[in-house]
Amino acid sequence: MNAKQRVGSDKIFDVLNLFIMLLILLSVAYPLYFIVIASVSNPDQVSSGNVLLLPRHVTFEGYIRLFADAGLWLGYLNSIQYAVIGTLLSTSLTLCGGYVLSRHDLDGRSILSLFVVLTMFFSGGIIPTYLVVKDLGMTNTMWALIIPNAVSAFHLIIARTFFETNIPKELLEASQVEGSSDFRFFTRIVLPLSRPIIAVLALFSIASLWNSYFPALIYLRDRSLYPLQLILREMLIMNEVQQGAAIDADDLADMQRLAGLMKNAVIIVSSLPMLMIYPFVQKHFVKGMMIGSIKN
Amino acid sequence: MYLLFLPVLIYFVIFHYWPMYGLQIAFKEYSAIRGIGGSPWTGWTHFERFYQSSQFWIIIKNTVLINVYELLVAFPIPILFALLLNQIGNERFKKTVQTITYAPHFISIVVVVGMLHIFLSPRTGMLNHLLVLFGAEPVFFMGSEGWFKSIFVFSGVWQNMGWSSIVYVAALSGVNPDMHEAAVMDGASKLQRIMRIDLPSIQPIIVILLIMNIGSFMSVGFEKIYLMQNALNLDASEVIQTYVYKTGLLGAQFSYSTAIGLVNAVINFMLLAAVNQVAKKYKQTSLW
Repeated sequence: MNAKQRVGSDKIFDVLNLFIMLLILLSVAYPLYFIVIASVSNPDQVSSGNVLLLPRHVTFEGYIRLFADAGLWLGYLNSIQYAVIGTLLSTSLTLCGGYVLSRHDLDGRSILSLFVVLTMFFSGGIIPTYLVVKDLGMTNTMWALIIPNAVSAFHLIIARTFFETNIPKELLEASQVEGSSDFRFFTRIVLPLSRPIIAVLALFSIASLWNSYFPALIYLRDRSLYPLQLILREMLIMNEVQQGAAIDADDLADMQRLAGLMKNAVIIVSSLPMLMIYPFVQKHFVKGMMIGSIKN
Repeated sequence: MYLLFLPVLIYFVIFHYWPMYGLQIAFKEYSAIRGIGGSPWTGWTHFERFYQSSQFWIIIKNTVLINVYELLVAFPIPILFALLLNQIGNERFKKTVQTITYAPHFISIVVVVGMLHIFLSPRTGMLNHLLVLFGAEPVFFMGSEGWFKSIFVFSGVWQNMGWSSIVYVAALSGVNPDMHEAAVMDGASKLQRIMRIDLPSIQPIIVILLIMNIGSFMSVGFEKIYLMQNALNLDASEVIQTYVYKTGLLGAQFSYSTAIGLVNAVINFMLLAAVNQVAKKYKQTSLW
């Protein structure tokens, strides 16, 4: 192949590639965009398929109704509470544990690592874990959502690898010469140098606490404890199945209109916090994912 | 130092190793009063009962099919995406594509399944409006056995394609540019360079992620499957994990469902070990 042909085929490749990327961009972004415009449009216009590119008959009724929904706001507050407490707990545990695993001068380091890594490949499963949580008396409390998933082996390894590659040995040696304790070294020197990994771990933790519904489904009975996702499940999915299966559309028209009005709005309101946080941490988590998965 | 590790140690003992000890109830008739240790042994009864149940083959078939489908579709797509994205010269455009394709990863599965209902609704959904426009009959996708697996896999691709590509994109950025320059001098086209330089450079990572993926084979995604499940698509959507949840926690048959969960875990572990062996044999990359 001579140079001219090569340039030609590269041009075709570039154009094709750009086209593919735009297509991907569109197919990822459009559903999200549609939810946004549908949330401020008249529900009849939305359900008859007239809302495609721009909102129609703009109305904020969906949002106004949401604000009046006490159950939703209770769920929202619960989720904030669980996410904040859970993230504080799991990030600090992971940092401490990961740091200990990163210390080469520690006896038994490899045994501790093995002890952690084993849990990635073998676990007791849903029922035995449930029985443990139940025996500890955590069911139907917020601790059942936070503590059983507080530490993940994968995150510990990410943290360990970060400390191994980013904290120079000389720092530790210098501080040992000065006679400062390990704990002091960890809090005064290591943690301030570890902002990227702290940000990444915190984000992972917030996102998983905010978005999970299954632990709550298993462990909680009181509605007043329900996190946002369980409330969403009722609003978005459970009544949808009933409607879809029903043959007589007339009966359900009212119910459907009302639900349709709020659905799009509630998706926005519940997803917005996460979608707003992650771009700020983006440059860190690329690095975090990278060291975690390559090095292990 | 050990003190710093103590909380993590306690955590793993209680929430990971204690449940492993609890696995023995798979071979017992668990009663809450007698506890795990005190319940009477029953041997393989629960396993036999599962094997003989009318659901057995349906559940196994669904579990395997969904996971194979996912492995064939959802695993390679992020790799292709990363390879192509890496060829985009314009940094700003590249960054935009990344930021937007990562976004769905941060949306909860409850919302994703809710969005599926909105877009696929038989009366008001966009897809069915389109079908009607072309003169076809509307389809109740979410209540259909035939569509279940495809909807599950492709909505997963939509949600996680960008996120899963991060590792590959990062690895690609570490490829030595000299190699590309030399290849250009030799007259290699972009496509040739992707195939001969980029792909081999990220191959070790692909192998490792493949092993990890197969290690969690048969267990991933059941929380989403459970959300997508309804009476109409049950024959296509019941998998081991959802069955364990229903019989175990909703039906309170703790021992029986633990036995089923154990079968799942053992198969997982054997698959992982097998794939790891194969990878070891052919390449130098392996988990251990």
